[in-house]
Amino acid sequence: MAKELPKDLQEIPTEVIDTDLLIVGGGNAGCFAAIEAKKLAPELKVTIMEKAHISRSGATAAGMDAINTYIPEGKTPEDLVRWSRSQVGGGPIREDLALSNAQNLNEAVEDLERWGLPILRDDEGKAQYRGGWDVSIHGEQLKPIMAEKAMEMGAEVYNRIPATGLLMDGDRCVGAMGFGVRNGKFYVFRARAVIVSAGGAIGLYKSHTSDATSSHHQVWGSPFNVGSAYALGISQGAEMTSFEQRWVATRTKDFCGPVDTISVGYKSLITNAKGERILQKHYAHLGGDKAPRYIRANAPMEEWLAGRGPCYADTTHLGPEEVKEMKIDYLNERPAFVLFLAARGQDISKEPIEVYGSDPYVVGGHTQSGYWVDMERMTTVPGLFAAGESAGGNPNKFVGGCAAEGKLAARGALKYLAGVTQPELDRQQVEREKERVFAPLLRGPEFDGVSPTEMEERMQRLMDEYAGGTTQFYRCNEERLDYALKHLKILEDQTRYLYAKDLHDLMGAHEVIDRLEVAEVLVHHLKFRKETRWQGWQTRSDYPEMDPKFDCFVESRRHKETGEIEMFTRPYEQLVPGDRCQP
Amino acid sequence: MPPRVDREKCDGCKAEEEPLCAQICPGDLMVLGENRKAHCRQPRDCWDCMSCTKACPVGAIETRTPYQLGYHVARLIPMMGTNTITWTCIDLNGKVERFRYKNRTT
Repeated sequence: MAKELPKDLQEIPTEVIDTDLLIVGGGNAGCFAAIEAKKLAPELKVTIMEKAHISRSGATAAGMDAINTYIPEGKTPEDLVRWSRSQVGGGPIREDLALSNAQNLNEAVEDLERWGLPILRDDEGKAQYRGGWDVSIHGEQLKPIMAEKAMEMGAEVYNRIPATGLLMDGDRCVGAMGFGVRNGKFYVFRARAVIVSAGGAIGLYKSHTSDATSSHHQVWGSPFNVGSAYALGISQGAEMTSFEQRWVATRTKDFCGPVDTISVGYKSLITNAKGERILQKHYAHLGGDKAPRYIRANAPMEEWLAGRGPCYADTTHLGPEEVKEMKIDYLNERPAFVLFLAARGQDISKEPIEVYGSDPYVVGGHTQSGYWVDMERMTTVPGLFAAGESAGGNPNKFVGGCAAEGKLAARGALKYLAGVTQPELDRQQVEREKERVFAPLLRGPEFDGVSPTEMEERMQRLMDEYAGGTTQFYRCNEERLDYALKHLKILEDQTRYLYAKDLHDLMGAHEVIDRLEVAEVLVHHLKFRKETRWQGWQTRSDYPEMDPKFDCFVESRRHKETGEIEMFTRPYEQLVPGDRCQP
Repeated sequence: MPPRVDREKCDGCKAEEEPLCAQICPGDLMVLGENRKAHCRQPRDCWDCMSCTKACPVGAIETRTPYQLGYHVARLIPMMGTNTITWTCIDLNGKVERFRYKNRTT
C-alpha cells in the first residue's frame, strides 16, 4: 500500500499492459465473458480490470437465492421472450437480443451447476421451480464460483483498479485506463477489443433510509456499481437506450431486501393496511398478483399515497419449515435481512413482512437501460462491447441472462478482434487522462473544496426530489426535470472543487463524477418520454396517459466536442408473434 | 450496516500483506489501522454483504443492524466449512436459530 501520497503527477508511475481482450468489470457477465473467450481462444490473452476483488464483486457479491430465468421442459425461448415482454407492459423490447439471450440461457445456468453451484432439485433430479421461470439455488458462493472458474481458465485479473476512461483511436475503442486504489499507479490497458460489464448505476437517488441512519447504503443493488460502465461510453459518444425505464421494485421496508423471494417463492400476497389484496383489487385486469413488474413495484406506494399504507407481504400462513427455508433463501442473497428480522424480534409466521418501494436504479439486467448494442453485443463505438447490466434493450436478464450475454459478447469480441491490430499508444491521450484522474488528489492539504460524499448527497437529494425519487412516489414533470438538469450542470461544473485525501477518496471522487454523467442522461430520457408508460418506473405527472407515439425506443448520444446530449428514437420491431401484453 | 471488529480477536491477519477483510470488501472499506487492527473506514457506505464477516479467519467481525432500523441487539454469525455454511442467529430476546446447508457441490 502506498504510504506517502504523491505531490505531483511526475511521482505517479504509469503501467501499460497489452492484452487481446480487455473486460472492464469482473462480475457475473464479465466472468462469463472471460471464461467463454478463453474456452474459444485459449491462445489469446484475456484481462479483467476489476474495481473491487473479483471473488466478491458486482451485483452478486452477497450471493443469490434463485436463478430467475431458466427455461423449463416444454417451454421455448420464444415463450421466455413473450413473458419478458409482458413483464414490461408489452415493451417495446429488443426481441432480437432477447431471443438470442434466451437461446443461450440454459447452457449458462448449467455451466454454473457444473462448476459447483447447488441448484435445488427434487428426487427425480428436476430443478425446483418457485414460479414459472425461476429456480431455487443455494447461491451463497455464486460469485466465488464464477471468479475461480475465470482464473482457472487463465484470465488475468487486475483487482482494485476502477476504470476511469476508455482508450480511443479516433472513434474506435482500443483499451481502458484507470488507477490502482492500492498502489496509486496509473494503468493503461491496450486491447484489440473491450467488453464493458461493470454493472448498472445504483445510488443516483437518495435511499429512503439514508436520512438519520448510520446506513447510507441501505439499498437493493450493490452501491459500488455506480454507473461507470455507462459513463465510460457516454463520454465517448456511445448511444444509450431506454434510461427512462428505471428499475424500481417492491422491497422489504427499512431493509431494502428482495420481495420476490417471499411473494413468489412463498406465495405471500401483497396487502395494504386493511388486509386487502391490492394487486387483485386494483390490477386484476393486468394479471393481479402476476401483473407486470412495474405495476407490482408501484402498487404498494400508491396505497401509501392514498392513505392505505403500510403494505405487507403476508407471511402469516407459513409453517416453521417454510419460515426456515425462506430465511435460508435470504441468507443466500441478503443475509443481513435475517439479522434485521432478529433485531426487530419479528416472528414472520405471526407478523407479516412490511414492504415499500425502492429507490430507482438504472440497471440493464433488470429493466432495459444501457448501451444500444448490435447482435454481437457491440455498442455504437467500434471495438467496445457490452454485457449484463451494462447492455440495454433487453430486460429481465437477471443472473442467467447476464451470464449468457457475457458469452455472446465474448463471441462477438473475438470475431471483431481477429480483424484488427493494435495502434501505437497515444501518449498525449494517456497524459490527459492521468492528469484528470489524479487532479482531486493533488490539490494540496489547504485546498478549500468539496468532498465526494458531500457532492454525492447533494446529487441524490436533487434526483430524489426533482427526478422522481421515492419521496415523490416516483413522479416528475417537465419543470422539475428542468430544475434537476440545471443543478446537475452546476454540480458537473463543481467537480473541479472535488478533493480526495487518499486513494479510496479518489475512487469516491470518480464515482460521483460518473454518477453525475449517468444522472444527466437519465433526466434527458425522462424529459423526452412525454407520456406515462410504466408507472413507478417512469411516471410523468404532466403526461399521465400512455401515448402510442412513444411506442418506440428513446435513445441518447452525447456529442463528443460540444458535450450536448442529443435525443432521438428507434422503432420497435415485433419478432415473436402474439399479444404483447400476454405472457 | 457497519461491521464491528472485536479488537481482542483481530490480529490484523499478520501473515498476509493486508487483512482478508480488506482484501475482499467490495467497497474498499476495511482497512488496517495503525494499531494493526482492521476497521471499517466509512461505516455509512457498507452494503452489509457480509463478505468481510465470512472472510475473517478468527471470527472477529460482526455485522450489526444500525439502531435506527433494528433494536439492540441481534447477532448473525456465519461459519464457513468445506462446501457448507452454518449460520447462527440470535434475536434481541435471546432466541437462537441455526441454519446449515451446502453452499457448493464441488
